[in-house]
Amino acid sequence: MKKKLLAAIMAAAMLLTGCSGNTSSGSSAASDADSTADNAASVKAGFVYIGKIDDGGYTQAHDQGRLAIEKMGVETAYVEDVAETVSDTCEAIRTLIDEGCNLIYTNSFGFMEGTVEMAKEYPDVKFAHCSGYQRSDNLSTYFGKVYQARYLAGIVAGMKTEKNYIGYVAAKGIPEVIRGINAFTLGVQSVNPDAKVEVVFTDTWYDPSVEKQAALELLNKGVDVIAQHQDTTAPQVAAQEKGAYCIGYNFPTADAAPDAYLTAACFNWATFYTDDCQRALDGTWTSRAYWEGLAANMTYLDDLTSLCAEGTQEKVDAARDSIIDGSFDPFTGPLYDQNGELKVEEGVRMTDDEIWNMNWFVQGVVGSIPA
Amino acid sequence: MDILNEISLFLQTSVQMGTHILFAIVGGIICEKVGNMNLGIEGMMLMGAAVGFQVACATANPFLAVLSAGLAGLVGALIYAFITVTLRGNQVVTGLVLTIFGTGVAGFIGKSVSGNTVPAEVVDAFKPYDIPVLCDIPIIGKALFSQSGYVQAAIVVAILAYLYIKKTKFGLNMRAVGENPAAADASGINVTLYKYVHVLAGGFLCGVGGAYLSTVFLTTWQDNVTAGAGWIAVALVIFSTWNPLKAIFAAYLFGMLKGLNFKMQGWGFSVPSQILEMLPYIATIVVLVFITLRKKRENQPPQALGDPYFREER
Repeated sequence: MKKKLLAAIMAAAMLLTGCSGNTSSGSSAASDADSTADNAASVKAGFVYIGKIDDGGYTQAHDQGRLAIEKMGVETAYVEDVAETVSDTCEAIRTLIDEGCNLIYTNSFGFMEGTVEMAKEYPDVKFAHCSGYQRSDNLSTYFGKVYQARYLAGIVAGMKTEKNYIGYVAAKGIPEVIRGINAFTLGVQSVNPDAKVEVVFTDTWYDPSVEKQAALELLNKGVDVIAQHQDTTAPQVAAQEKGAYCIGYNFPTADAAPDAYLTAACFNWATFYTDDCQRALDGTWTSRAYWEGLAANMTYLDDLTSLCAEGTQEKVDAARDSIIDGSFDPFTGPLYDQNGELKVEEGVRMTDDEIWNMNWFVQGVVGSIPA
Repeated sequence: MDILNEISLFLQTSVQMGTHILFAIVGGIICEKVGNMNLGIEGMMLMGAAVGFQVACATANPFLAVLSAGLAGLVGALIYAFITVTLRGNQVVTGLVLTIFGTGVAGFIGKSVSGNTVPAEVVDAFKPYDIPVLCDIPIIGKALFSQSGYVQAAIVVAILAYLYIKKTKFGLNMRAVGENPAAADASGINVTLYKYVHVLAGGFLCGVGGAYLSTVFLTTWQDNVTAGAGWIAVALVIFSTWNPLKAIFAAYLFGMLKGLNFKMQGWGFSVPSQILEMLPYIATIVVLVFITLRKKRENQPPQALGDPYFREER
């Protein structure tokens, strides 16, 4: 009996150690001896990742940003697959600081508490937390206005749909997802006022088979384009299987569903990471709330494939230009909610703060926000 | 007609979502019937998923992909069998370790093909096809007769496993080993051989189940593709009271769960996913309570389940 107990404890210990993330260090490859070389040695950037660097989605997109700063000559390190708990976040950050990192990026909302705690403990280290809202002297926040790219994706979907019925596989009922759905729907309706966008929530960011099942449910109901706010390509595979079309997310994924892929709303994390690292190198780094979109090339729409409807490119280009030059934003009134109530007056533009905290669906969205 | 069509499409998806679980439950039953509790199902499924995917990409041969996926599961089971049968190690610990090990191995093997897609030959080979007339049966037609051959194979495997366990001499011997290995040994059954063969066969099926997800259902490699299905299978082995026929029902029932939630969202209300995730385990506890109270003999777990067999220890 004692033996069994001991064995069980050992198993538990193994489980625990098995769960903690793996660290890897990437060394700087660039050897160009320009003026920043000396400074570059003084900055080492550490990344705490929610997923694996080759997950084909969210974390991989971030990691391309990390590779971009390596090209600047800055040394980097990362910890992947970190669980969204305070203790795991802190452990990952400590590991990176022990390795000499003095600029820490944490790439998921759930890392917020741990990042805040560590920022207090290490006032000399610079921190930046993705998608959060808590800041301090040495803690920035950063995110991309991917809703602008989603608006453009909506135009693509609105042009393509023949049944005026589009499906949207969404992860969780939080403002980040809701604003994406709204922007997409407004994009759809800007070219196709009759079209509806039906939403299904999976309540998970990452579960390939469940994501596909959700997409199949929508496809079985008759949607002919599928968009997604999920981290795998499973909804796109489902669309291809059912002979429908799909719009990706995070970064270009045409290979996953070549017969269905129209485009994708993408992040270009390198834009932020290189800018932020440059500030650290120049000694001008200060805490800030970074939230940029198409204009800064922080987010973009992937090149349209030949499957897109004729005339789509022109409409997308026109909308993109007006967003970039600031003459237009997707969340400009009049905006109505699902009950037809006027939420934003004609001509009024929602503030960043209002957009950030959006918790209602615009007219044209079918579905409800889970509690 | 529209409602019928909707139900039939819903069942079609549910069956697809239950297929990998069905392979894993049957694998688990075969393993537990010889008295070995294998908690490594998740690990063996992942190994099968990764190896099957790699081989599918490398050879574009669907048969080789399935075979190698099964062999990958079998290798996992071999490690488990060596430790638990030959070395008589603790089955629970070994199974847990196998899951952790398998998850790591699969992640490692899959790393190089991340984001890749299964070659067209393999996709075509496992494409759903319509069996004329039968697929037009209302409600269940599409679920059973407008599916990939892989999906149908799972049902056939479950039925064959049932016949094997209940109707053949080998099945009888195997059950004897699981109930009372000493008695089986005394009657001339090679206990070690029986344990090895069935543990390995169970691992083979788990591997094949994992490969269904990566090569047929998703057709792209995603890390940790089973997302806990192996654990649900462990619970459903008990839920189906070690009977492969009931396993068919159990697997599809749980394939249906998430889909039901999506359907309900369409009707305007939703169930928190945490509750849905609890259901397989709650159901298993209920079944456990039920079979313990009813004491019906054919529903009981194999008596020697979890115990290592020492010939000299009587």
